[in-house]
Amino acid sequence: MSRSSSGRSLAFWRDVRVVRIAMQLVFLAALALFVYWLYSNYVVNTRRFNFGFDFVSSTAGFTVSEGLAHERTDSNGKLFLVGLLNSLRVIIIGIVLASLLGLIAGVSRLSDNWLICRIATIYIETIRNTPLLVQLFFWYTAVFLKLPLVHESIALPGAIYLSQRGLVLPKPYLTDGVELWRWFLLAGALVGLVVYIARRVHLARAERPGSPFLWGVGVFGGIAALGWWISPQHPVAWEAAELGRFNFQGGLQLSPEFVAVLLGLVIYTGAFIAEIVRAGILAVSKGQREAALAVGLTRIQTLRLVILPQALRVIVPPVTSQYLNLAKNSSLAVAVGFPDLFNVAGTIINKTGREVEMILAIMGSYLTMSLLTSLFMNWYNRRIRFVER
Amino acid sequence: MLPPPTVRVGPIRWLKENLFSTWYNTLLTFLALAFIYAVLKGVLAWALTQADWAVIPPNLKLLLVGFYPQGELWRIWIGLYLILGLVGLSAGIWGKLLRDAVVLIGSAVILLGLVLWLTNWGELLWLTGLAVTMFGGIGLGWLVRSKLGSPKSWKRSLMVLWLLAPVLVILLLTGAPGILTSVPTTQWGGLLLTYALAIVSIFLSFPLGVLLALGRRSALPVIRWFSIGYIEVIRGVPLITVLFMASLMLPLFLPSSWRVDHVIRAITAFTLFTAAYVAENVRGGLQAVPYGHIDAARALGLNPLLTTALIVLPQALRAVIPANVGQFISLFKDTSLVFIVPLLDFLGIALDVIKDPKWGGPASEMLLFVALMYWMFTYFMSHMSRRLEKALGVGER
Repeated sequence: MSRSSSGRSLAFWRDVRVVRIAMQLVFLAALALFVYWLYSNYVVNTRRFNFGFDFVSSTAGFTVSEGLAHERTDSNGKLFLVGLLNSLRVIIIGIVLASLLGLIAGVSRLSDNWLICRIATIYIETIRNTPLLVQLFFWYTAVFLKLPLVHESIALPGAIYLSQRGLVLPKPYLTDGVELWRWFLLAGALVGLVVYIARRVHLARAERPGSPFLWGVGVFGGIAALGWWISPQHPVAWEAAELGRFNFQGGLQLSPEFVAVLLGLVIYTGAFIAEIVRAGILAVSKGQREAALAVGLTRIQTLRLVILPQALRVIVPPVTSQYLNLAKNSSLAVAVGFPDLFNVAGTIINKTGREVEMILAIMGSYLTMSLLTSLFMNWYNRRIRFVER
Repeated sequence: MLPPPTVRVGPIRWLKENLFSTWYNTLLTFLALAFIYAVLKGVLAWALTQADWAVIPPNLKLLLVGFYPQGELWRIWIGLYLILGLVGLSAGIWGKLLRDAVVLIGSAVILLGLVLWLTNWGELLWLTGLAVTMFGGIGLGWLVRSKLGSPKSWKRSLMVLWLLAPVLVILLLTGAPGILTSVPTTQWGGLLLTYALAIVSIFLSFPLGVLLALGRRSALPVIRWFSIGYIEVIRGVPLITVLFMASLMLPLFLPSSWRVDHVIRAITAFTLFTAAYVAENVRGGLQAVPYGHIDAARALGLNPLLTTALIVLPQALRAVIPANVGQFISLFKDTSLVFIVPLLDFLGIALDVIKDPKWGGPASEMLLFVALMYWMFTYFMSHMSRRLEKALGVGER
């Protein structure tokens, strides 16, 4: 191709192969120059050449209000870990609750019931169209900080208390009864597994639809319940919080910051997931449902075997990006003072003045979280993807 | 052929079908009614008796334009006149699509008018002028359409006007040396700043995003990997870190003689961030262009550059307009994150008012007002984007 028909060789600057390599070299050179320019400015501006992470092991000299136990004398790295774990706590609980809320709201918006449909629509349209930050400030300053003082806590049924100090829940703990129950759990798991495999083989041989998984779980649950009933003492008990002189003692105490961030993220992301769920269910054509009912599947079977598998295929990829959004949005916790990764890192920057290193660390952490989430969801997506035959 | 029979549904029949069709639907209806009753009772009781809405009118100027000098406010009004007159004109010429826009903007103007009603006659006059300008624009557009025919060339010149208007408005607001006294961006704030940040950033991020999308599909590995790396890194980190980086590190990495003010830093961050998302949207559009078109262009002798510019991009960009409107909406909401850079946008001013002991911490009132304003604009934009999608026929051809 590089030679013209008359046999003269092509000038080298018109040779596609040369031009391609030259263009890339020019691009690289420009990029390198640009980065060098930035770096030289950095050196001039900070008069510092000691880029490095040695400050990670030096003493932090501050503490944050919640999270993994730590001291003032702990290192910056330890504090960073505290923040990271706090972020992960919000993200993981948030993803589970937002999925539930989104599923309920999305199905509600398709409900035959006019009122339910309207309520879901209003929820979704209100929440999706206002900034998350406004909502977070609203939950924190206008709701949680306006709650009564600890001694006048709002008591909800089930030993749940709401006050300015946050949400107090009863905490489950293991009693001595667990010694016996443990064996029941093990036996239940084994028998459940056997039942699952047997049922699965049987169904495959009979070429019938069914859910061996539900059978397995049912058997496991039955045996576990039996063990619970037989045990001399209930294996798990609830420790209710009690109001002490200044604050609640015991129980599971959640700070107002944590609850505000969680509530804000769940309600916000739930609205987006609801729209995705609705779109996914609507994407399954009506004929599929009618055909399934016509061949004699029950309504539940239709939903489980025909509608949901097809809807999930449409739902999973956008929901993945909503999960990623939730993880990234958790950094807004800094606005209400929850000591998450970003907040703690900000304090470390103020204390040590290592902006560049810390920002690299923050970005690296979020990138890793995003990458892990999308790896997992891609794996799940591949599992449920439509297999073309 | 006879049309299908129309079914008349009486109110009782409607109730039975939509609320009480089965036993569980009846149960759900009663639960929903109880829920609505509880919420309405609480909210109405609070909003009518406890809430102190009087905090909003005295702070309205602050909320809308921040510390923009009182004597220069006419510039903002003129800018608004320009934009709304253009909206009216387009509505008149285009007809269907923009009529909704006019209704919604009109109701926003009326709402503001109600808030202003008791406070300031001068501003009320400006506001009335605004409505007159917009409806005058509609009338003019309608006249042009009905009398002069050939709306095609008119539409094209309108497009040019729409591209020019933001530049003109920004010049008007910042001031030009010698003609208008300059208003430094440190005095901008409130809703004005929110809008300025969102609009300037989306305009700047669009070309960058298109370049990145083309780079991601480039045959040159170095450019492709650079684009992929940039897009994936930016999409993997929260916006707040990019903003933080811009506010802390831009001054570190630029020559110390360049004084970059906070608004520019924030715009840089929003632009760099949004460009990655725009790039992914545009990539979707690029993938939707059939290979046959590219082959045909090459067969006709167009070089790769011309093929991209004349064949691929026009089709790709048309397909991604709605997605980019969505991006703009989310950018508009995200501008509230500038609290991390010391800038007082709409939310920032509201938070300042809440903190001010003079007003006694009216958190719920202020935040609900802010939420309502954001909601009105974003709901309006998403409504417009749905209409636009229909008008462009995306996904139908």
